[in-house]
Amino acid sequence: MSIPITSLRRSFAIQVRVTHALIMREIITRYGRHNIGFLWLFLEPMLFTLGITTLWTLIKATHGSSLPITAFAVTGYSSILLWRNCSNRVIKAVEANLSLMYHRNVRVLDVYAARLILEIAGATTSLTVLTIMFTAMGWMNFPVDIMTVMLGWLLLAWFAVALSLVVGAASERSELVERVWHIFTYLLFGLSGAGFMVDWLPKAAQEYILWVPMVHATEMIRHGYFGAAVRTYEDPIYLMLFNSALMLIGLAMLKETGRKVEPE
Amino acid sequence: MIALENVTKVYDTRQGPRTVLDGINLRIKRGEKVGILGRNGAGKSTLIRLISGAELPTHGRIHRGLSISWPLAFGGAFQGSLSGLDNVRFICRVYDAPVEAAIAFVEDFSELGTYLKEPVKKYSSGMRARLAFAISMAVEFDCFLIDEIVAVGDSRFHEKCRVELFEKRNDRAMIIVSHSPDYIRTHCQHAAVLAAGKLNSFEQIEEAFDFYQAGEI
Repeated sequence: MSIPITSLRRSFAIQVRVTHALIMREIITRYGRHNIGFLWLFLEPMLFTLGITTLWTLIKATHGSSLPITAFAVTGYSSILLWRNCSNRVIKAVEANLSLMYHRNVRVLDVYAARLILEIAGATTSLTVLTIMFTAMGWMNFPVDIMTVMLGWLLLAWFAVALSLVVGAASERSELVERVWHIFTYLLFGLSGAGFMVDWLPKAAQEYILWVPMVHATEMIRHGYFGAAVRTYEDPIYLMLFNSALMLIGLAMLKETGRKVEPE
Repeated sequence: MIALENVTKVYDTRQGPRTVLDGINLRIKRGEKVGILGRNGAGKSTLIRLISGAELPTHGRIHRGLSISWPLAFGGAFQGSLSGLDNVRFICRVYDAPVEAAIAFVEDFSELGTYLKEPVKKYSSGMRARLAFAISMAVEFDCFLIDEIVAVGDSRFHEKCRVELFEKRNDRAMIIVSHSPDYIRTHCQHAAVLAAGKLNSFEQIEEAFDFYQAGEI
């Protein structure tokens, strides 16, 4: 008996439909239809970033360097939000959607995809709006090299997706993961390059900190914002290799998770 | 045609792996109606979920040559925080069914009125059952999977469901899981008995009942 393989085009059409359905479902339950609803998608990360920017300005977090603090805080904290929100949102995502997984075409990857697309859209809009707003207000200069910023942001979003697949799949295996991951993100916060430039570190420490993948993205984004005013140490190839490996592990883990899902 | 080839399902339980279905073979032709009998915990619902694709088999293959519904039962397949209407929209998007027509049908059939705008988790079980049945009739399939839905709501609604499913959709294939011999006798052409992980198929329904009852002693 020949088994008809669903054509790639049809699969793609199903993928688009299911992702759209899940995104709408997320928007309705998360933001509701009342008051400003959907706007929270980027207002929430924006307010967070504004708070941190204010705080860092007050404590002069640039450690005596001549960098403009607003741009420094906006780039740093937006970067954190991108990978942290993504990886936090996939935890328990299966549980919240278990009853919808009665429908054959709704799979774990789709549930994750919907949430990740929303988080990335929110963080990206927040960064864009803040940059335009602060530039207009004269608190920061517009990025010197927008292409480098976009590329760095894209690589960080890729990292966030790959990381989330691993964290999400792991959280389905053990409840411990959820607890440990929250602690872990706080530690990674400090190491991610959001609060410092690699150039400020002693040479010996630089070598070690450059093993942390997020540092490369943060450095790259700041390279784009500040241009020649700063010395950055990013290696996009390293980040891409890291992302590819992490993505592969995440997809493999997710395949196994998908086999074990039992809809309510 | 739907074909199950050597389908096995093993669950990881606290007491170790448990084989619920063990090498199941089953073929369902277009328009054919098959009843599946089995005691509580025999794996009837698991079988239905595997056929629907909601769960994946541990071994074996399932070929779906017909479009197959999700397991129609009077619970699941809803997101509790969404309103009844939002659940309809969700399902229409997933199955590529026209939304407006589906909403009109559900409003008319479920008789839930303004409750359709409330979150499903606030519904009574009877209301939920009415919504579930209405939604599942709003999307068309070649084969319906029916999991133990015998008595829904009052007798008038029950009759409405019967007409909608068994009269208007008499040309469709159905796989019906039930405890009730009468229900299967009325609606199916063939029957199979699920016992100890194996599926025993019978051409004649009465043979299946004899086998099923013999197992109860």
